[in-house]
Amino acid sequence: MMEREEGRIINLMEPGHTGCAGCGQAIGARLVIKAAGPRTIIANATGCLEVYTTTYPRTSWEVPWIHSLFENAAAVASGMEVTLKAMGRYEGVNIIAQAGDGGTADIGMGCISGMFERGHDILYVCYDNEGYMNTGYQRSSLTPPGARTTTSPPGRKTWGNVTRKKNMPLIAVAHGVPYVATATPAEPRDLMRKVQKALEIEGPKYLHLLVPCVPGWGIESHLSQEMARLATETFLFPLFEIENGVITKVKKVKDRRPVEDYLRPQKRFAHLFKPGGEPILEELRLMAEENSRLEPGPATLTGA
Amino acid sequence: MKTILEGSVAVAEAVRLCRPDMVCAYPITPQTHIVEELSRMVADGRLDAGYVLAESEFGAASIVLGGSAVGGRTYTATSSQGLLLMVEVIFNIAGLRLPVVMTCANRAVSAPINIWNDQQDAVSIRDSGWIQLFVEDNQEAVDTHIQAFKIAEELMIPVMVCMDGYVLTHTWEPVDIPGQEEVDRFLPPYRPADRLDPDDPFTMGSMVGPDAYMETRYNVHMDMMEARQVIKRVCEEYREAFGRGGTGVIDSYGMEGAEVVLVSMGSLLGTMRVAVDELREEEGLKVGLIKVRCFRPFPKDAIHDAVKETQTVGVIEKDISLGLEGTLCSELRAAFCGEDSPEISSFIMGLGGRDITVEEIKQVARDLAANPACRVEFRGLREELLKGDEG
Ligand SMILES: Cc1ncc(C[n+]2csc(CCOP(=O)(O)OP(=O)(O)O)c2C)c(N)n1
Repeated sequence: MMEREEGRIINLMEPGHTGCAGCGQAIGARLVIKAAGPRTIIANATGCLEVYTTTYPRTSWEVPWIHSLFENAAAVASGMEVTLKAMGRYEGVNIIAQAGDGGTADIGMGCISGMFERGHDILYVCYDNEGYMNTGYQRSSLTPPGARTTTSPPGRKTWGNVTRKKNMPLIAVAHGVPYVATATPAEPRDLMRKVQKALEIEGPKYLHLLVPCVPGWGIESHLSQEMARLATETFLFPLFEIENGVITKVKKVKDRRPVEDYLRPQKRFAHLFKPGGEPILEELRLMAEENSRLEPGPATLTGA
Repeated sequence: MKTILEGSVAVAEAVRLCRPDMVCAYPITPQTHIVEELSRMVADGRLDAGYVLAESEFGAASIVLGGSAVGGRTYTATSSQGLLLMVEVIFNIAGLRLPVVMTCANRAVSAPINIWNDQQDAVSIRDSGWIQLFVEDNQEAVDTHIQAFKIAEELMIPVMVCMDGYVLTHTWEPVDIPGQEEVDRFLPPYRPADRLDPDDPFTMGSMVGPDAYMETRYNVHMDMMEARQVIKRVCEEYREAFGRGGTGVIDSYGMEGAEVVLVSMGSLLGTMRVAVDELREEEGLKVGLIKVRCFRPFPKDAIHDAVKETQTVGVIEKDISLGLEGTLCSELRAAFCGEDSPEISSFIMGLGGRDITVEEIKQVARDLAANPACRVEFRGLREELLKGDEG
């Protein structure tokens, strides 16, 4: 056990878990809870993070933490918030619901939509590693075009995943969520600032983190942070904040990089560099181009 | 106070008296009136609780799970497809040892879609780890809900109160609604040993491997077995405090010298009592009744002892384990496994709201008296609908 006295808490999500070396989600999750602080209760969906931090009898969590199911973190958190308020125990408590991209954008969609709509005072964090990693890297609705997953394998007739990423941030905006932001563990200060800012806002908040997955993406452990940085520098994953439906901040990229710099080191995109992969590379370039045009102003359907 | 109320309203009154911290549900017939009434109470300030409008029953079950995990007393209600949509969470609530109370307004399940009463919904999830109490009338529904919170919180096992849809939920009956002070005296505030609290953090719902999973299931099972005693004791305490209220795990009627015993659950017992009286008075047929009030944990010994002197038992039920027989019938057979068993027959009746008449019940008893041999039968079928398309 860790000391919990003021000033002595080092990690609210402790090391010693069984996550992969270089796991972007582990880095991201530790930064999120570090920023949120010890008076936080977490509702976590089923997925990698849940499994590797709480394999009984161990736990990495120094904050109260619950896992119920794959698709209900937002609803469990909703129940916690309303009940704590009703019991007069809510003052000074942060509630965070967190899930992977599958637990958010696919199977969790109904519960997260309900949470947004009802306006609970909850920060929802999506750890987007662009696939169902816990079950062995299958495609999710946040898998980018062309990516090889075990259920979107490139074959004689296909080039990997055929769909674009579902636009979760804008789906949150469309629900009237007052604060929506994206971040990556490669920019820890930015990430933590966004968590803290979100928690100061009353109502639902949505934070979308891109978290590289070492085995799923087929990268070296030490490249995980580099990939997160490149995702932003290629504009495949732009960093922005949307407040009350208006884009208030977009991270400027000083040295814009071609999408290939991000795609080439990852095994999941390797097939795109064979003859015939060009149309998908072009589509990814186009996505980056759209993203690069993001600027402060009303959040619209393209771009964000 | 004795008043004439609709069953749903009576249940809502009982739930209000239990001072829940949070109520959350999603509408489905025939449960809807209960939560409509509760939301009215919250709107009028008669009930001081959080009320969450869920986006689905799956969400509703998850929301009460969250509320219970932070130490709140939580309540939900559903029926049929709603219960089935909740199923994943239902198992989870029980596995996490959260004392949620739910009303299941029993209704048939799809397909074909049918909104009328049978008990297939609750019976289908009997293995989920919830205590399931079936009530016979609206007074018992009121009393059982108040007992349910106490039982659930003492055992840290969720309780489902099953009441027949329409037959009870939509029927106006005189009911005695207890006073708040009496209920407060009976039902202490919920003070869980563990709750999600930043002052004393712990991890709930972790991943458990082959090295320890089985022990958690064993523990729940043992507590479930123990629950039969707790249910009986809480019933007695309730009887002492309120002068009525349930019969523990089973109830019996007309058992003196009974040659044929009929077994069932829920509101049908009222009809069956009439049938028994008439058979005894008019035909001299010695028929007795066993009401299964507690379906899970199954009161195996109590039923065994109640019917062991009888040679002929007929189970009448509004559900079926397709491909075998009525589920309650299978349970009863298991109570005699390895011993001399009476002849136990399965009668499937009243599915999807088909009426069950006093005469039909009397006929079951007469048929069993004439021929106790074991069988599985549907009663009340419309033969003309079974013939296929040609006709
Ligand atoms: C209802 C249900 N369906 C499927 C699963 C199996 N399952 C567990 S985790 C998971 C994928 C998780 O993916 P994601 O949410 O993206 O999180 P990650 O593991 O990638 O962090 C799946 C499919 C489940 N637990 N529950």
